[in-house]
Amino acid sequence: MPTDLTAVQAAEAVRAGELSATELFDAYRERAAADDLNAYTWVADAAPTEAPPADAPLAGVPVAIKDLFCTEGVPSQAGSRILEGYLPPYTATSVARLAAAGAPLLGKTNQDEFAMGSSNENSGYGPVLNPWDRTRVPGGSSGGSAAAVAGGSAPWALGTDTGGSIRQPAALTGIVGLKPTYGAISRYGMIAFASSLDQAGPLTRTVADSALMLRHLQGADTRDMTSVGLREEIVLPTAERLDGIKLGVPEELSGEGIEPGVRDAFERSLQLAEELGATVESCKLPHAPHALSAYYILAPAECSSNLARFDGVRYGQRVEADTLMDMYTRTRHDGFGPEVKRRIMLGTYALSSGYYDAYYGRAQRVRTKIAEDFAAAFERFDFVVTPTSPSVAFELGAKTDDPLSMYLNDFCTVPMSLAGIPAISIPNGLSDGLPTGLQLAAPAFAENKLLDAAHALEAALGFQRLDQRETVA
Amino acid sequence: MIDREQVLHVARLARLELTEDEVEHMTGELSKVLGHIDKIAELDLDDVAPTSHVVTVENALRPDEPEPSLPRDVALASAPAVSDDGFLVPSPQAG
Amino acid sequence: MSPVEYEPVIGLEIHVQLKTKTKMFCGCELSFGDPPNTHTCPRCLGLPGSLPLPNARAIHYGLLIGMALECELAPRSIFHRKNYFYPDLPKGYQISQYDEPLCGPGRLGDVRIHRVHLEEDAAKLVHVGASGRIHASDASVVDFNRGGTPLAEIVTEPDVTSAEHAREWLTLLRTTLRQLGVSDVNMDEGSLRCDANISIRPKGETQLGTKTELKNMNSFRFIERGIRAEVARQEEILRNGEQVVQETLHFDPRTEAITSLRSKEEAHDYRYFPEPDLVPVTITSDMLDTARAALPELPAARQERFEALGLQPDTARQLAWRSELGDYFETALQANGDAGSPQAVANWVCNELVARIGDEDPAGSKAAPGAVAALAGLVERKAVTPNNAKLVLDKLVNDGGDPAQIIEAEGLGALADDGELEGIVEAALAANADAAEKIRGGNMKAIGPIIGHVMRETKGRADGGEVTRIVREKLGL
Ligand SMILES: [Mg+2]
Ligand SMILES: [Zn+2]
Repeated sequence: MPTDLTAVQAAEAVRAGELSATELFDAYRERAAADDLNAYTWVADAAPTEAPPADAPLAGVPVAIKDLFCTEGVPSQAGSRILEGYLPPYTATSVARLAAAGAPLLGKTNQDEFAMGSSNENSGYGPVLNPWDRTRVPGGSSGGSAAAVAGGSAPWALGTDTGGSIRQPAALTGIVGLKPTYGAISRYGMIAFASSLDQAGPLTRTVADSALMLRHLQGADTRDMTSVGLREEIVLPTAERLDGIKLGVPEELSGEGIEPGVRDAFERSLQLAEELGATVESCKLPHAPHALSAYYILAPAECSSNLARFDGVRYGQRVEADTLMDMYTRTRHDGFGPEVKRRIMLGTYALSSGYYDAYYGRAQRVRTKIAEDFAAAFERFDFVVTPTSPSVAFELGAKTDDPLSMYLNDFCTVPMSLAGIPAISIPNGLSDGLPTGLQLAAPAFAENKLLDAAHALEAALGFQRLDQRETVA
Repeated sequence: MIDREQVLHVARLARLELTEDEVEHMTGELSKVLGHIDKIAELDLDDVAPTSHVVTVENALRPDEPEPSLPRDVALASAPAVSDDGFLVPSPQAG
Repeated sequence: MSPVEYEPVIGLEIHVQLKTKTKMFCGCELSFGDPPNTHTCPRCLGLPGSLPLPNARAIHYGLLIGMALECELAPRSIFHRKNYFYPDLPKGYQISQYDEPLCGPGRLGDVRIHRVHLEEDAAKLVHVGASGRIHASDASVVDFNRGGTPLAEIVTEPDVTSAEHAREWLTLLRTTLRQLGVSDVNMDEGSLRCDANISIRPKGETQLGTKTELKNMNSFRFIERGIRAEVARQEEILRNGEQVVQETLHFDPRTEAITSLRSKEEAHDYRYFPEPDLVPVTITSDMLDTARAALPELPAARQERFEALGLQPDTARQLAWRSELGDYFETALQANGDAGSPQAVANWVCNELVARIGDEDPAGSKAAPGAVAALAGLVERKAVTPNNAKLVLDKLVNDGGDPAQIIEAEGLGALADDGELEGIVEAALAANADAAEKIRGGNMKAIGPIIGHVMRETKGRADGGEVTRIVREKLGL
């Protein structure tokens, strides 16, 4: 079946003439249309009328795109009711780049509203279910993208990661998720959550698939002043060993707060790494315990400003009212969900007169310290490794009444976001029958090295993905 | 910590209407989150420079060359209310 | 006891629309008067996912302004977001500079500059009254064509001492900006907008009084009148033993009324923070060299050059600060060999011509620069008396033409024959014996009636100085 192939394999098969791009697209289109995980907010009607050129590097392998990427003429709602039915007049650079490389749009995937959440329960279009256990969350905010790939209805997907929104759902659904260096991929057309942290990236079945997608996503873009691209072309990873590689395990992110089953799986992976030739030592990221606090100031502050444009004037939903003030406040009351409101409130408060220095100013300084911690660690180690998420996928509704406990899910992923460095989550074995993730973080722009190490570990771990299991069954 | 009055003030700054119920919930939830966040007050950060950008690029300026604008009907297509070729809003002076 | 005398302390904030081709953060062309909402794109409409891209020429213009105002130029500056909700602000924040502006302290003329920074203009909001289309009883329509136009905001120190001073200094600023070519500086079209921060204090005190901010003054005349009215209002408050309230005010030029703009809303809390979509602007030596090379002659340098031509400092300043006068003067000097001396030409331009054309551009007058220069030369050579020359200038301004021909045609030439004038003076002395006696007694002031008589007889063609000389001679003084 064409859907059994990884993206790299499918692209090769199409280029070799063994598989038609249309056949491949239709097979996935059918699955996506039949999806019962609520992973999609929109699915393409048909394959693009113009088939990608035969030599296109992505050879017609369709891609599922997180809802918050603007796609011209296709609903782009960022998981929010305030943008219900919104059809942008332009397409995000990253989506356009994938299309130009031959990857057509399969569908738009569900997500936490404006990418705010770690469970995908904050979508205005209903929660996404975890294909491993439909009573559990897939993680968030790129939960739809993760569920689509893990469930086999998409060969790969594009997501975004602000504080862990690619890596954490990848971990909770047993797939690979890569957050590249900040600035590697253009943010133009990505509906912003927190501009200084948001970064697009792949959610894929394999590390090699992530490398392939990143190769075509990355690059400086004249439409995004903060995009710089990577310094070298991404090559498909081939490493099988980790000889000479030094892995640092930060005490602060691998002890307290990590579920025992997740910790066990993590330790098994570290042993495996040593068997592959790596040395594993503990290291210190002294400010990492404060990363979550800094993140939950900076990200809400930026979002409070980024979401000010949803005011009922130029696009999106509006609640009519006699006065401008009432139009604003009611439109935003009805249009935003509770978590978005919470973060807007938190961010507005942190920036407001009298509180800026205590919150925003301090958080920016903590950010500096965290980047320094990583820089110090990378003087001794090639990679920093942690569990991706402190727990396996939890049950739907388990944490919705307790925002703080929900925020603690991002504990291991947020430090890398603040430092702007690349990090990847790969499947790390199961705990109680549910996937766990292993996170590797590298210095900025070291994506090739990171992908190589992840590839070697992936092969050694031999994790059987859900789509492989279902095929077997 | 944040109290009810502050919640109402911040909601107004953010142009968010909150129901009585939401005000109450918000006050409790935000207080709890702030209680956690407030731990960064213990750090000594006096000599630390703030980071606003992690990218090192500078001066990515755009040449002053015109690019096509959107056709007006496209610009107005998503607007909830339109009048006289513009975006219609309740007057800021009214009420 | 004499009443306390107050002195105003005034600072100005000027928003200047820059004359770039495109907007501050997107490639939409600037427009004036085009149909609404025909110059927009995802960026300047604040569509979700769009990002700002700074216009290199706007930065260049900012540097030109900074150099012209002798500002300290920041090697690195950043943009902030100024957050507030208003329908003319598509993103819910204005991208502006806050604590790291492009230009720091400087000076223009006798007023110190506090800072100059770059930002984006708001869109245009048109009130349309009651509308049936939405439930609102009263509605406005937003046109985003203007939204995102690059602005330079120039903030002065409170060095302006009066309404007249404000007007005079703004004229200098406008001239400077026009010379730089960075703006149309047209107040009618809104490309130059001015707010004034006004306080008063007892003369001699150093402590500043409570200030008010006077907004929305859209012509130099209104600025002068607005400031004068506000100073008078504050004086009255203080004389009544009351306190000035710090607030934002609106001046209505029609009624001269000053009203408070204070609304029921809470005080502004702009929640500034560094714009994360932009990276810092670093001023390279290339950028500085390019700006320096593009700097034209500025009013101060022009004034110096005019003084070197022999002009009085006041005249030189008047011509340099009002560039169109300076341009006219320079054209006049080059007109032909018959021009008067630079000071004489300058006097005719600055005094007599300005008295006739007011604030209008002299280039648009029928009086050609060469004609005025020639007229000044004719006066200097005593071919026409100053009084008759003013009649000639009237004709030049009304109908144009050549001064020599007008003098000829109207018979306004000075009396050339001294013998004829001597006879007329003798007759005048005889007819005014009393006056003649007083002059003989040493009272030269009594010469008035004699001169008046001569002028009547000669229809003003006699030279006053020559008449005086003959009188002294005849009376043996
Ligand atoms: Mg301003
Ligand atoms: Zn535009």
